[in-house]
Amino acid sequence: MKWILPGIAVSLLLGANVYGSDSTKVKKKHLPEENGGIALPAGFRAIVVADNLGGARHLAVQKNGDVYVKLDNAKKGKGILRLHDKNGDGVADDVTGFANYGGTGIAIKDNYLYASSNTDVYRYKLNAKGEVIDTANAENIVTKLINRRTHNTKSLVLDNDGNIYVTIGSPSNACQLKDRTKGSPSPDPCPLLDSTGGIWQFKADKPGQSYNNGIRYATGIRNVVGLDWNQSVNELYAMQHGRDNFNTLFPEMYDEEKSADLPAEELLRIKKGDDFGWPYCYFDQFQHKKVLAPEYGGDGKKEGRCAEKKYPVYGFPAHWAPNGLLFYTGDQFPARYRNGAFIAFHGSWNRAPRPQGGYCVVFLPFNKDGMPSGEFEMFADGFAGADVSPNGARFRPCGLAQGPDGSLYISDDKKGRIWKVNYSGK
Amino acid sequence: MKILAFTIATGIAVVSMAMQTKPAAVPKQTMENGKKVYDVYCLACHQADGAGVPKMNPPLSKTQYVLGDKKRLVQIILKGMNEPLEIDGESYENTMSAHDFLSDQEVADVLTYVRNSFKNKASIVTPAEVKAVRAKLK
Ligand code: HEC
Repeated sequence: MKWILPGIAVSLLLGANVYGSDSTKVKKKHLPEENGGIALPAGFRAIVVADNLGGARHLAVQKNGDVYVKLDNAKKGKGILRLHDKNGDGVADDVTGFANYGGTGIAIKDNYLYASSNTDVYRYKLNAKGEVIDTANAENIVTKLINRRTHNTKSLVLDNDGNIYVTIGSPSNACQLKDRTKGSPSPDPCPLLDSTGGIWQFKADKPGQSYNNGIRYATGIRNVVGLDWNQSVNELYAMQHGRDNFNTLFPEMYDEEKSADLPAEELLRIKKGDDFGWPYCYFDQFQHKKVLAPEYGGDGKKEGRCAEKKYPVYGFPAHWAPNGLLFYTGDQFPARYRNGAFIAFHGSWNRAPRPQGGYCVVFLPFNKDGMPSGEFEMFADGFAGADVSPNGARFRPCGLAQGPDGSLYISDDKKGRIWKVNYSGK
Repeated sequence: MKILAFTIATGIAVVSMAMQTKPAAVPKQTMENGKKVYDVYCLACHQADGAGVPKMNPPLSKTQYVLGDKKRLVQIILKGMNEPLEIDGESYENTMSAHDFLSDQEVADVLTYVRNSFKNKASIVTPAEVKAVRAKLK
């Protein structure tokens, strides 16, 4: 794959050549950063739709081209931003907002905009033009889901039969009585699984639902942020954030390197009733099997009960933190992208002291049966900039969405940049 | 003018003396031992440079918890922490695990190390201070 030079390097070079000793900042600012500072495969181009929005988590694009962005924390009482492009150049020139709550999930389906806080799901009716009719009054579809800070975001997606799927992450790393504390035991069975550690299904149109009306659609899932409905096979897929801290909790079994490289970040293909094995099991992508977690008697090889758990369809490198998943259904990109998956990796922290990984958007090709048909490839890279660390990274990709013209939108929750990626073939 | 210059000069002298005497009071061995504990038990979350992970694990650089009351600091290490805590307007959603399995000496070393790394400069923590806090927690 050919690579375009990262835009940062390009504009720095240009800056030096064009202005020489004249170092006035004002002039340099006028130099647009190529592809908004990220590197893309040949033939793709990115523009910056909006910048400095705040913690831009997931996003959804309306058929009229308006982009709705969910912020992790409401800014001046606005937790959902609407980016409107008046003159059609792709850059938002009118940013408005509503919804006085922070959160992650947002989706558009059948004339409704759905959005979540870290406990609740709301929906807003859209008019024929695709605009929210009443921003002040939302229907509270799901309420009182567990929020114990850790893994508290509630991502959502809808199917074609009137259901909404909401992720409820476990407030835990490996179900220890004291989270991430060396020597603290993990009960068996794990008591967290009745109300967290899975994906719940609710009716999309019924207000006031909670655990008693919802169905635990799938369990044994530590935490999911990125999920999508694969239209080509009409099924739910999700990216699990694998567990952390093998080395700090079990140094005698896992050295620093193993701890940085295990376990896989799993791409799950989900049918009703599936159990993916957390906290008892994890997927070792080098042995290609689910093995028992050390908390439950594992030695890094033993399978035990994990032989009966559902396997992922693909294992990605450990700790990269998949926050966005999108099956591409457009026809703007070359045909091989159709029905394949884009995954936005927020970027690791739990690989320290080893070099961190992720901070990119990758592409995984799929066949028509809904199975990966090859290995993943880098799609958009360079988000972190020179300092690839959670704190030093310039951008951290989080959400993905597809525009009505088949373009790909990427959000960053570090500063709040939104990119629109187009294919031009040039 | 002269007086002013003199005052400034003395000021600088006093400050630089203070700056020189404090770090000198931290024995090299304590810093090395503290770093060993940090690398094993703290680094994964707070990172090698103490900068933390945005929105997950807070930084250890010049925070009121690191530089402030030593009793509170020792308590955070021994008991862990899982309550909304704000540092410079940011809150952190991960859990800080309890580290009561560390010895008084190890806790003292790691906190002395943290209080004198990552641009921090503060007095040492002694095993006796850790012991006193630990006794009250029981
Ligand atoms: C599992 C991850 C984790 C580990 C391991 C960890 N911490 Fe923390 N630490 C946190 C989190 C998360 C918080 C904030 C907790 C909150 O908001 O309630 C925190 C808070 C703190 C604070 C107070 C807030 C601040 O930033 O000043 C100090 C000091 C601290 N940790 C020091 C340490 C030291 C020293 C160690 C090693 C002995 C350590 N931590 C190990 C995650 C961790």
